Amino acid sequence: MAASDQFDEMHMPDGSVREAYGGYQDWFAEQDGSFLKRKHRDAEHAFRRTGITFNVYGEDEAEERLIPFDMVPRIISAGEWRRLTRGIEQRVSALNAFMHDLYHRQEIIRAGRVPERLFRNNAAWLPNMVGFTPPGGVYTHIVGIDLVRTGPDEFFVLEDNARTPSGVSYMLENRETMMNMFPELFMRVPVESVSNYPRRLARSLAACAPDCTEGKPVIAVLTPGIYNSAYFEHAFLADQMGAELVEGSDLRVVGGRVQMRTTGGYKPVDVIYRRVDDEFLDPLTFNPDSVLGVPGIMDVYRAGRITIANAPGTGVCDDKAIYSFMPEIVEFYTGEKPLLPNVETWRCAEEDSLKYVLDNLEELVVKEVHGSGGYGMLIGPTASKREIAAFRDKLKERPENYIAQPTLSLSTCPIFTKQGLAPRHVDLRPFVLVSPDNVDITPGGLTRVALQKGSLVVNSSQGGGTKDTWVLKD
Amino acid sequence: MLARTANSLFWMFRYLERAENTARLLDTGVRMALTRDVVSAEEEWRSVILTAGQQPGYEAKHASYTGMQAWNYVLRDKDNPASVLAMLGNVRSNARQSRNVITGEVWEAINDSWLQISEMLARPVGEQRVGDVLAAVRRAGTLTHGAVIGTMLRDESFHFARAGTFIERSDSIARILDMKYYLLLPSLSYVGSSLDTGQWDTVLRAVSGDRAYRWLNAGQVDARGIVEFLVLDERFPRSLSYCQTALRENLAALARMRGCEGQSNRLMRSADISLSERTIDSIFDQGLHEFLRQFMASNATIGAAISEDYRFLS
Repeated sequence: MAASDQFDEMHMPDGSVREAYGGYQDWFAEQDGSFLKRKHRDAEHAFRRTGITFNVYGEDEAEERLIPFDMVPRIISAGEWRRLTRGIEQRVSALNAFMHDLYHRQEIIRAGRVPERLFRNNAAWLPNMVGFTPPGGVYTHIVGIDLVRTGPDEFFVLEDNARTPSGVSYMLENRETMMNMFPELFMRVPVESVSNYPRRLARSLAACAPDCTEGKPVIAVLTPGIYNSAYFEHAFLADQMGAELVEGSDLRVVGGRVQMRTTGGYKPVDVIYRRVDDEFLDPLTFNPDSVLGVPGIMDVYRAGRITIANAPGTGVCDDKAIYSFMPEIVEFYTGEKPLLPNVETWRCAEEDSLKYVLDNLEELVVKEVHGSGGYGMLIGPTASKREIAAFRDKLKERPENYIAQPTLSLSTCPIFTKQGLAPRHVDLRPFVLVSPDNVDITPGGLTRVALQKGSLVVNSSQGGGTKDTWVLKD
Repeated sequence: MLARTANSLFWMFRYLERAENTARLLDTGVRMALTRDVVSAEEEWRSVILTAGQQPGYEAKHASYTGMQAWNYVLRDKDNPASVLAMLGNVRSNARQSRNVITGEVWEAINDSWLQISEMLARPVGEQRVGDVLAAVRRAGTLTHGAVIGTMLRDESFHFARAGTFIERSDSIARILDMKYYLLLPSLSYVGSSLDTGQWDTVLRAVSGDRAYRWLNAGQVDARGIVEFLVLDERFPRSLSYCQTALRENLAALARMRGCEGQSNRLMRSADISLSERTIDSIFDQGLHEFLRQFMASNATIGAAISEDYRFLS
């Protein structure tokens, strides 16, 4: 069982089971060990068959890897979810308002609540977006908010993913796999459905279509192609939404619209859900060598004749220095205290903070402000003396490039191992859809789990796995 | 639908059909080798490789023709871009490209087959396993076509998939018939005469028509009868005539959906007329080889016109 200072979401310190997991525990206790072991193997086979893989390119040839799936669900009660959704709605609304303000009057900077340097030095900041309002005023159409938990009521936001949050296909396929493997479990435990996410996504994107749309909006998912590591997800979402799956070479600007080459000639596209980074979007505006984008798309965009989701330039929000100001940002735009707290964060750009961080490196997690995927970070408590010394030098050299956070005691949730259930650290990424008059949160999300005992790193690029995430019905 | 996706779908089914026909061809070699002496077995394998159109590549690697070398080359050799493994890889990669216009069941039929067959072909294939491998390749086709017919909406994607299947099938049948006929005849004086039934059996087997032919012809095997069956019999799903009719219907459906006919429909109509007017006598009068070459050329032109009409490439 979990060590006493860690919060286990299934078990109480005395070994009894928390209420949300009661129904699951009853079922689990009735299952035969060898049956579960067999199902555990079946699950991997199921993922290979449906092709839920991500591509990794080594020196020789491409390899399709599976993200390990653990079959013990991560369960959230209806009450906990209600509290979370209120906090997420508030935060996402603030993010969207913040984006609009940053690219317009910059009231928040004038008011002195966040410093100007924050976005001036930010590579994701796009001058082309200044003074322009995207169709429907929506910047962050799809957001993934990474949450961690440390106690019964202690949820924190660890990261905002407003650029192109990935992983939603795992939310859907993990559930599909669980329902195929254990149908009787879902008859006994009332779980909120996630399967309508693609429909909600299509509806939300359609609601952001530009004014020139004629009839039902034409939605296309723009992918870099089959060699992209997340291609499966792009194809999956297009399929599930009934949208076209396009590559840059399928699109062309014709008559002031972005049009796709169909078997019957060029047809206008109204909304592009792009899974291509800003810098590759338009070779005429950004990276001239890009073959993934569409020459001239930014002109069409600025003329208000196509919706790009998420809006170019939203990557600013993913910056960890901006993150550290989220409590101020939420309060500034909503007039309320944040319902979901940030993890305490020291900005190394500030002298006092830097001193504190340097003095306490052994206990802190230090991250690059533009980093992601768990790369380029220092986890003080598990780092060697040499690693800490090396990091100290980097930190002194470019303090503004780093933030530091306490090493959180992340909650655990059991995984299935050969020896039975064993607690492992988890996080949670709910997926949020924003349209002009609605913030829509699908009850569930992606639970990532560190498969190594004691490990706090849940990233799939570093050996993390995933779990089905249940929100219980009332 | 997106033109690039239509192209992927079309080629996915061409490659699938090609892989399946190549497996059938190898199967005839394996059967033949079981019943023959070493010298004629070598001849048979040479003819299999030749029919598969892989002679130059094969001879660059191997000095002699043995069964094991031949089927390993055709099935899995890394230097052979037209190996069955490479073709199935193309099928799967095109299926991934067109993942949002095929059903989950079609995708799983392809992906399951790929996982199974690529595993089987990960190491050299010996005599004990070759039969299983070939059966698995044939089954890939059967499963996929079954899923297409049973689950796909009859929209453009269905008709592009079927058009790819039939255009490739026609080409394979014509090629097998042409090569086999040519190779099986030591001299032209044999034309129309009764030949070694075992050899003609391989032609029928290569297109999976042995049973149907025997059923219709009560065991009477002669060259003229077999050619008539494989070219003109509209009841047999692997005859040129059947494939042609099916292709014409798919192209007509595509034209209806698009709202206008294109060059592919016009070419198709004239090809269809010229085939339906043929009799077996007129084919032999013209010369089977001439006839088949003409057919393959017309088939290729139709393929190119489809690509053009539906803007596959630009």
